[in-house]
Amino acid sequence: MYRFTYHQPADLDEAVQIASSSEDGSYLAGGMTLIPTMKFRLAGPSDLIDLGAVEALRGITDEGGRLRIGAASTHAEVAASALVTGRLPALAGLASRIGDPAVRNRGTIGGSIANADPAADYPAALLALDAEVITNRRAIAAADFFTGFFSTALDPGELVTAIRFAVPAQAAYQKAPNPASRFALAGVFVARHADGTRVAVTGAGQFATRYPAFEAALDASFTPATAAGVTVEEAGLMTDLHASAAYRAHLISVMAKRAVAAC
Amino acid sequence: MATDPSASIALRVNGKDVEGSAEARTLLVDFLRDTLRLTGTHIGCDTSQCGACVVHLDGVAVKSCTVLAVQAAGREVRTIEGLADADGSLHPMQEAFRQHHGLQCGFCTPGMVMTAIELAQSAEPLTPERVREGLEGNICRCTGYHNIVQAVLAGAAAMRQ
Ligand SMILES: Cc1cc2nc3c(=O)[nH]c(=O)nc-3n(C[C@H](O)[C@H](O)[C@H](O)COP(=O)(O)OP(=O)(O)OC[C@H]3O[C@@H](n4cnc5c(N)ncnc54)[C@H](O)[C@@H]3O)c2cc1C
Ligand code: FES
Ligand code: FES
Repeated sequence: MYRFTYHQPADLDEAVQIASSSEDGSYLAGGMTLIPTMKFRLAGPSDLIDLGAVEALRGITDEGGRLRIGAASTHAEVAASALVTGRLPALAGLASRIGDPAVRNRGTIGGSIANADPAADYPAALLALDAEVITNRRAIAAADFFTGFFSTALDPGELVTAIRFAVPAQAAYQKAPNPASRFALAGVFVARHADGTRVAVTGAGQFATRYPAFEAALDASFTPATAAGVTVEEAGLMTDLHASAAYRAHLISVMAKRAVAAC
Repeated sequence: MATDPSASIALRVNGKDVEGSAEARTLLVDFLRDTLRLTGTHIGCDTSQCGACVVHLDGVAVKSCTVLAVQAAGREVRTIEGLADADGSLHPMQEAFRQHHGLQCGFCTPGMVMTAIELAQSAEPLTPERVREGLEGNICRCTGYHNIVQAVLAGAAAMRQ
């Protein structure tokens, strides 16, 4: 690991200030992605700004019917929260199947979405649950947040403070996990909102996206058979050592069918 | 607060106050093994996947290869060395691993035991399936897991008594 200077700011303003005055600073949340990346010397930030002591990034609350989850909430906290298991059990279930227990004890929702791994689970939830990403500067609609392979709309130094989720009538998430890491080979989040169904897919393409073909078909007839009948194009899906594009297209179909059945 | 290239950090490890010098980039596992000479915590991978390095940080199971030593400053760490009683009698989970042959080479065992203790403390009743899920982040290259699952179930039952 390259050398860096470690900071532990006590509040948001201090964290943002250190980031803006450092040469090439990085925020450190759970460290479950950043620390392994630094060990491989694939990242070498000049400064690490540990968010662990910033209270404003914690807490899960009901905000006028939407669920607000602080960026530093760990996957274990989201999985165990009475508010999330009660109002959005599909999201609690998603969090409870990320990685393994020790990863869930440290990894955070803010770190996961800022990292925007194409196989991460949360991005599918943000898109299907019409979420907003709240930063120290603005609110960004989930649809505008994920912009490409490991890329987001965040500006350098911009800090995610919370994510606000809409609570649909019904929702479910199903993933085919990579057997080693539990990252999604294909994950499908289905949510039935008052204004229509949203279906988002992660793990299969360059970044998480909605699938309008599923949404239109399910709005007409919300059944597992309908989901299974939608043709999934291979074009644009990834082929790597874990799975081919054709296999991923098939998994999307199966996961969509299972998610609808689980709603 | 910035930490200099090599600063002294103080924390509690296995019930004792300890101090040692660490760079900001020193991993907790290296601090435990190289500085404190607590070599029971193992390093089995560099991808945060194997779980050989699991310790408890403020009572929570973490992969000590993926936590910086400075992040443990002022906090409480428990390692495999901190489980047995002063008279050498084993913790119920260690005893269960011994009785049920939950290890062969033993390399994964410290992490397995630390993960299993956290699992045993959860409110939900343990089933073989729950144990297998709970051990997803701990890889064993020897046993095939069957006896580890038996050991964790027995150890958890003994801990609850
Ligand atoms: C063995 C293993 C298995 C895993 N399995 C899965 C899985 O099944 N599914 C899955 O989705 N993920 C999985 N992960 C990834 C895990 O969920 C990570 O916790 C997550 O990707 C990163 O979150 P973090 O809090 O650890 O962030 P960090 O590693 O601390 O940071 C990641 C990046 O986000 C930035 N960042 C962090 N917080 C903020 C913020 N508030 N604002 C702006 N930028 C920020 C950092 O600067 C860094 O660039 C796995 C990881 C491991 C090690
Ligand atoms: S050494 Fe920590 S997970 Fe492998
Ligand atoms: S006993 Fe050898 S790796 Fe588990």
